[in-house]
Amino acid sequence: MAIIHFQASEEDHRIAKLTAFAIGLHLIESAFPSPIPGVKPGLANIVILYVLARYGIKTAAWVSLLRVFASSLLLGQFLSPTFLLSLSGAIMSLLALMLANRLPKQYFSVISLSILAAFAHIGGQLIVVRLLLIPHASVSYLIPIFGLAALFFGVINGLITAKLLTHGHGSQ
Amino acid sequence: MFGRLSNFKHFPKPLWGDWLVIGFSLGLVILSFFTLWSQQPATTLRIRTGSTVFGEFSLMQTKSLKILGKIGVSAIDIQQGKVRFKQSPCNSQYCVHQGWLQHAGQVAICIPNQVSIELIGAVPTMDTLNY
Repeated sequence: MAIIHFQASEEDHRIAKLTAFAIGLHLIESAFPSPIPGVKPGLANIVILYVLARYGIKTAAWVSLLRVFASSLLLGQFLSPTFLLSLSGAIMSLLALMLANRLPKQYFSVISLSILAAFAHIGGQLIVVRLLLIPHASVSYLIPIFGLAALFFGVINGLITAKLLTHGHGSQ
Repeated sequence: MFGRLSNFKHFPKPLWGDWLVIGFSLGLVILSFFTLWSQQPATTLRIRTGSTVFGEFSLMQTKSLKILGKIGVSAIDIQQGKVRFKQSPCNSQYCVHQGWLQHAGQVAICIPNQVSIELIGAVPTMDTLNY
């Protein structure tokens, strides 16, 4: 019988630990009912932003995508429409973060990144909704509400991440 | 990572680039409310029976119409910019319960009687029937 040994590097452990944080936040959030269907704070994005600032875009992408797959398995949503929405949002916000990460850091803090990622997230989800779930122009009626929610929670999550980044050196 | 969350009194101040992003996206959101949620008032009423257009009527009048459909007579009221099904011979009465319609693109349909009313504005809008 062949036994396969995986060599888990320090980076792997770090990704696993941070992904666990993100999954935990996502699970807590999904236990609360939302006042408007589809409007959620996106607490897991705090972890993604933190990881991006501390360890770079590659680690952030790992954590973000692993979070999507793992929490969809835990919630029984794997390959469901909810999973597709989650995945498209995560991919779009990672792409936005990749670009926004090049903004000059002395003018644009993690708050900017958070807002831009939130808009990209809802943008990616609305594209999937429009193309696959509700192929109809009436989806555009939802854009203002989701835009407002993205701005609001983008600022809040950004502030929390900025706060986390000001201390916690070596304490994670 | 979350060890010192209790000390959450002072958040870092946003930088001016952050304010730029906040202001710009707030502007976009407000703009999207105005462009996507503006409902133009309807000017014309189009009535269909079966697959044919029964007629088009101006909404700027007060008028009661009796339309002969498949199972009976639907009564439609036009009253200065708004319109409703007043009476219908159908069982469910969904069309009547929809009440007054006044925005362009709104539609009320009585499927059993095969009568529909559709509101049309100055600019054609998308609705579920187009799709």
